[in-house]
Amino acid sequence: MSEHHKETFLTKYVFSLDHKMIAKQFLITGMFMGVIGMLMSILFRLQLSNPGESFAVLEFFLGEKWAPGGVLDPNIYLALVTMHGTILIFWVLTAGLTGTFANFLIPLQIGARDMASGFMNMLSYWFFFAATIVLLYSLFVESGPAAAGWTIYPPLSALPQAIPGSGLGQDLWLIAITLFVVSSLLGGLNYIVTILNMRTKGMTMSRLPLTIWALLIVAILGVLSFPVLLSCALLLIFDRSFGTSFYLSDIIINGEALHNTGGSPILFEHLFWFLGHPEVYIILLPALGIVSEVISVNSRKPIFGYKAMVGALILIAFLSFVVWGHHMFITGMDPFLGSVFTFTTLLIAIPSAVKVFNYLATLWRANIRFTPAMLFAIGFVSTFITGGLTGIILGDSALDINVHDTYFVVGHFHIVMGLSAIYGMLAGVYHWFPKMYGRMMNKKLGYFHFWVTFISAYGVFFPMHFLGLAGLPRRYYTNSAFPMFDGLSDINEVITFFAIIGGLVQLLFIFNFFYSIFKGTKATENPWGSNTLEWTTPVERIHGNWPGEIPTVERWAYDYSKPGADQDFVPQNVPLKEGETEH
Amino acid sequence: MMSILVGLIILLSVIVLVQILRVNELVSEVKDQDANEITDKDNNIQGILTFAVFGVLFLGFVLWQFKYWGVHILPPASSLHGATIDTLMNFTMGVILFVFFLTQPILAWFAYKYRGRKNTVAYFYPHNNKLEVIWTVVPTLVLTPLIIYGLNVWNDITGVDTTNSKIIELYAKQFNWTARYAGDDNTLGQANYKLVEGLNVLGVDMDDDSAQDDIVTREVHLVVNEPVLLKMRSQDVIHSAFLPHFRVQMNCVPGMTTQFGFTPTQTTAEMKEQEGEDFEFVLLCNKICGAAHYNMKMKFIVETQEEYNAWMASQETLKNTLTLN
Repeated sequence: MSEHHKETFLTKYVFSLDHKMIAKQFLITGMFMGVIGMLMSILFRLQLSNPGESFAVLEFFLGEKWAPGGVLDPNIYLALVTMHGTILIFWVLTAGLTGTFANFLIPLQIGARDMASGFMNMLSYWFFFAATIVLLYSLFVESGPAAAGWTIYPPLSALPQAIPGSGLGQDLWLIAITLFVVSSLLGGLNYIVTILNMRTKGMTMSRLPLTIWALLIVAILGVLSFPVLLSCALLLIFDRSFGTSFYLSDIIINGEALHNTGGSPILFEHLFWFLGHPEVYIILLPALGIVSEVISVNSRKPIFGYKAMVGALILIAFLSFVVWGHHMFITGMDPFLGSVFTFTTLLIAIPSAVKVFNYLATLWRANIRFTPAMLFAIGFVSTFITGGLTGIILGDSALDINVHDTYFVVGHFHIVMGLSAIYGMLAGVYHWFPKMYGRMMNKKLGYFHFWVTFISAYGVFFPMHFLGLAGLPRRYYTNSAFPMFDGLSDINEVITFFAIIGGLVQLLFIFNFFYSIFKGTKATENPWGSNTLEWTTPVERIHGNWPGEIPTVERWAYDYSKPGADQDFVPQNVPLKEGETEH
Repeated sequence: MMSILVGLIILLSVIVLVQILRVNELVSEVKDQDANEITDKDNNIQGILTFAVFGVLFLGFVLWQFKYWGVHILPPASSLHGATIDTLMNFTMGVILFVFFLTQPILAWFAYKYRGRKNTVAYFYPHNNKLEVIWTVVPTLVLTPLIIYGLNVWNDITGVDTTNSKIIELYAKQFNWTARYAGDDNTLGQANYKLVEGLNVLGVDMDDDSAQDDIVTREVHLVVNEPVLLKMRSQDVIHSAFLPHFRVQMNCVPGMTTQFGFTPTQTTAEMKEQEGEDFEFVLLCNKICGAAHYNMKMKFIVETQEEYNAWMASQETLKNTLTLN
């Protein structure tokens, strides 16, 4: 791979085999989808804070049919909620996050010239691209996009008579997710093989940066759980199109009694959440990895308790496979199972607590350099604490009875999974931008972006806990049908206000991103004084990564401010001095 | 016209932003600085901001919300088991808030206190096994009572003795609820979705003896302090029967019957005195079920035995409404 062959526009920017280019393709597609998903949330927030009021912006985006007179149609409200969830969870925080950083960092940080299979890697992106096209296309079909929630529980998702979105829109959703799973498997297998086989000399598993550990575990989670989603979706396709009854039984819809008997929607829920819960950690773990790296580099200190951090990652990943039932406490599942899932779910608090305390210990007596990336990493620790703690309430089956499916849940998972993962992703973009594009992102815009995001994000999601404790169900088009919720309109207005501010400021980030690609100040080879191998590559990004030999790894990645060293960092390829011990 | 105008405004703001950044960078160049290098001044400002926003503004906002929005939290449970959930909730919430108000200020304080300076060096401190054992063991010790306590409450709720409970069926469909009382024999007649026709909205099998005295209603009346067992069915998609004031929630799943037993402890009249004249116990749908999901409700009324008897006497049995017509 090291020899330079002539590259055309098509092979360099479109059908590229270079992991760095594929990473950028994932990132920019993810950002594009992120803007769409964010815009959707602002549209339905307008309805939630001002139910039934007319907004020109609704009519502008949704047209006369879906927002007649500027008022959002209830079916389209549900469609927007569904697509918002689908896009953010799968397109932005799975493909956009893992696709970007696994592709970008794995070869660079382990010292490889590229992924094990560059072709599979390229296919992974193009399957994702196809999935994106199909999903976006579903926004334009007559009956509207899928509207049964991102969890697409049948029978609602199986019956077009139940909701218009379950027509063609749901078919396209299922096709898109099938393509998505293929993409994710192609990527995941590649990541695992690359990490296990292609580490450079001296890069033992115990010297891997935590980002790589996190990405390895994420890939394993994905490979084990996404096929289950695929089978779950296939059975739903069969029920929808070929008259089978895996999930359907004893149904009358629109006055017509269906022939299906013997199926169970609960089966769907088990299959779905067998993916769905690991998926939460597929989203969170890369962020944990990125944040560990960013905090350590910018604290100028080794990450505290490296081994415990790896152990906690593995334990969280393992537990994530045995907790899916906590989404189903009140489905009529055997109460004994509920007890088991409560037990396993609350256990996750232990490795999570270890991680938080280790982050705090890393910051203790640090020499913190406040880059925008570092701010987002510190923001991550804050949201991870806040959202993790409310999980202790939701994971407890007895308490879940009354907060299940209320806004308490919406607040919880947006903080612990949505915000934390987005903060991790943004930290990663700010941190590795110089390596991606050879230029720096603008610092001042970065600071402004962080503070407005941090304040407005808590302004949006913290108040939701109070809505939930007041009993307000999620996915309600309006709460005006119940007098008991009349007092909640001031909370809803605050949430919408912050949602608009927080959404708009992301556009500033995107501006900064594209501006800096072309006009940012030139970066040096290692602007953050980092130890990991990617910073030993030249500023010009070449296919094959290192112009000469691949460096050999001599030490772990976290020798920051080590006593006796010449500077406050010692890159991984610097041999141990005589008498120097490894950490 | 409007969209052209909006497009122009966006274009203009982008141009303005680009120019501002260019000026900013040129000024740094003149001063022979790198515009994007993190200086001690940056560290100072950001460190102070982190303390102010993470440690003061955010935590202040949380307290403010409890003070001003805490009033919206549901009133204490109006059911026997609900009171045990409330106690567990208060206990858990106490633990959570304690940890929250312990760790968030530490984070904010460390960020401020250890903000970087060019000439200082961080303390090399890669691990400390004793500390790590402590913060593995302490969370475990805190969680153990939480888990045991939680499971006890859960077992009490799900294992409640329902042999003497009054049986009422809740039947969900897009987009309303129907109730069916089991009648004098306290046994619901068999039902089959293929029998749903005309007035027989629940598909009750009228050949079944126990179906004759069943009573179908559009609101549910309960006797205070008398245990009930709700049995849920659904006609079309998954719904969820949510009675927030009683701390009751259970999904209604087509093709199967689910159930939830509880005992109401306060009458509607008592609650009206406490919470205001508008108060009603209400059943909501809490599982996305279609366009009018948000509007699917049924009134629950808890009353004394006498009031209940008077209401029940005015209801017709299925035998009267279906077979005699």
